[in-house]
Amino acid sequence: MNDRDEILVRIRDLSVTYHTRLGPVSAVDHVSFDIRRGEILGLVGESGCGKSTLGKALLRMIAPPAEITGGQILFEGEDILTFDERRLRDFRGRKASMIFQDPMTSLNPVQRVEDHLVEAVEVHEQKVDRANVLERVATLIERLGIQKRRIHDYPHQLSGGMRQRVMIGLGLVLNANLIIADEATTSLDVIVEAKLVDQLREIRDQYGVSILVITHNIALVAEIADRVAVMYAGHLVEMGSVYQIFDHPLHPYTRGLLRSVPSIKLDDQEELYKMAGEPPNLTHPPSGCRFHPRCPDRMGLCSQSQPQLREVAPGHWVQCWLYQDHPEKESPTLEVTE
Amino acid sequence: MSASLRNFLITRILLTIPMVLILITMVFIIMRVLPGDPIRSQLGPKISEAQANELRERLGLNRPLYQQYFDFLWKMIRLDFGTALTQGERPIKDELGERLPATLELTIPSMLFTATFGILLGAFAAKNRKKPIDFAIRLFSIVIYSIPIFFMGLIFQIIFSVRLPILPLAGRMNTLLLTSFKPITNFYVIDSILTGNWPALGSALAHLVMPSVTLGLALTGVYIRLTRINMIEMLQSDFITAGRARGLPEPRLVYRHALRNTFIPIMTLIGLEFAILLAGAVLTETTFSWPGMGRYLVERIQLRDYTAVQATIGVFALFVGLITLVMDVLYAFIDPRIRY
Repeated sequence: MNDRDEILVRIRDLSVTYHTRLGPVSAVDHVSFDIRRGEILGLVGESGCGKSTLGKALLRMIAPPAEITGGQILFEGEDILTFDERRLRDFRGRKASMIFQDPMTSLNPVQRVEDHLVEAVEVHEQKVDRANVLERVATLIERLGIQKRRIHDYPHQLSGGMRQRVMIGLGLVLNANLIIADEATTSLDVIVEAKLVDQLREIRDQYGVSILVITHNIALVAEIADRVAVMYAGHLVEMGSVYQIFDHPLHPYTRGLLRSVPSIKLDDQEELYKMAGEPPNLTHPPSGCRFHPRCPDRMGLCSQSQPQLREVAPGHWVQCWLYQDHPEKESPTLEVTE
Repeated sequence: MSASLRNFLITRILLTIPMVLILITMVFIIMRVLPGDPIRSQLGPKISEAQANELRERLGLNRPLYQQYFDFLWKMIRLDFGTALTQGERPIKDELGERLPATLELTIPSMLFTATFGILLGAFAAKNRKKPIDFAIRLFSIVIYSIPIFFMGLIFQIIFSVRLPILPLAGRMNTLLLTSFKPITNFYVIDSILTGNWPALGSALAHLVMPSVTLGLALTGVYIRLTRINMIEMLQSDFITAGRARGLPEPRLVYRHALRNTFIPIMTLIGLEFAILLAGAVLTETTFSWPGMGRYLVERIQLRDYTAVQATIGVFALFVGLITLVMDVLYAFIDPRIRY
């Protein structure tokens, strides 16, 4: 077993519920998956599918009116849902860190870049030698491709890409094992985005961190991720290696999602595929499989009973009746060959 | 100091000049536009036309308005305010030399009290948003804001000087002590320290408590509300969430990261509030028989003593201009986005 296969985070039956005026909304509904050490895992889905909520739940950053209503998040074998305030604070920053969508606002505007980094170290490490910390911070910032003298700058003096790299640095300075990047490249232009993507991969190689890339941009995932998880309406509907997902998508939703990506090729005369219907209202989710009202392959069974997430090929999991048996199922179960 | 900071400071100081100029001009215009002849209202209807004309000439009131205006400006620049029209024709400069320290001795503690108390309560309310303590603080801020200063002052006088006589009713110092007291700067607190007159210091401080708290409280409501609303917004901002996500302790996030950013809009308020504070001083000084600029202004307006009124308001204008300048400079030191 090599390092890549060792599991860092084990998420089991995780549920997050928003308490709204219209009733409880299960934004994340009994989701289970693993994040391996040193992998880049892409988490994709439409807006509102629960992917950001899931990302926040991994740091227990769920605040009222939302609440984690069940499950376990085992980080290096320990359930972070049982941590008290102090252990949780220690966990955030030292073990896991998060990068947000808007680099313009995620750094304190009146604090220098250097002070952000030094503060993170001083808050988390008991005895620190200031000179030593400054040295560490300067080295890190250079490795992230920011000139050393820029650490004395204020956030507004840096470009968007540089700010995102500072955010990454804030995770790395304490040697976190997991970085959650929530739409971290979305607000950057394509060239800066491409650079940052390269850099995320380099960082993974250098530091051996696991990176969870949460995005609606499936093309980005194709480029960067080792494995991909697809979410729909609070459920994890498909998960597999990047090759499995892109070459042999199984779930009708994943297939629809892949066909909805516009191509830049000029000879592409094909009309862009539009998925029928809208994402469901989660105060009253559809019965059975949550995707059935929009599914081109639906059967009678789909609206009655919810399929389970099943491993249909090594490492390839899907939650769909097409690939599993049921006594009331009328059409044959599809064989998966990859 | 970076070049851009220096440029900011120079620009800002230069901007103060037209600001004060406009304020002084407005004072001048208002004094001329107001109904009533200052001469007639001074000396009564019985004086002869010749006597009135003589006085007009002496005061330069017979000259064209623009000449009077430039004469007034030139005198304001040299801080020469002339003499009061009534009551011994005392030089206004001497009068203000006594009155201004009295007013500053009242307003500076008020400003410190209102800013500290208001900001802390506002921040605390924001941190405990939607909890009972937040509602209590908000209710307090509205009540305190809507009570007129003089009414609050009277209530305090009844409670703390009449019912439980623990604080003096009015004035700046016990009259018995005043006979042996030698003012130097006319800041009684400073003077009593300088002369080592400890009973006088105690008396000066005791006299200061009620008026300055009254004046300060009246403005606290605004600070509470402004701090609270800005803090709530700040606490929801991304950099706070990001700080929380890397495990920064909650008090550090609230009182260091969020509050320091909240200071930026509040700084502006402190500058603007100083003008309101001076207006409040007029009422407070009247309520507590405090011999400051405010009370002087009220007396002189009643006497239609336009030279004194003009000079007093002019000094107020200068002070508001000065405080706004100081606030803007501090603003630049707090907010790097202005500095660079």
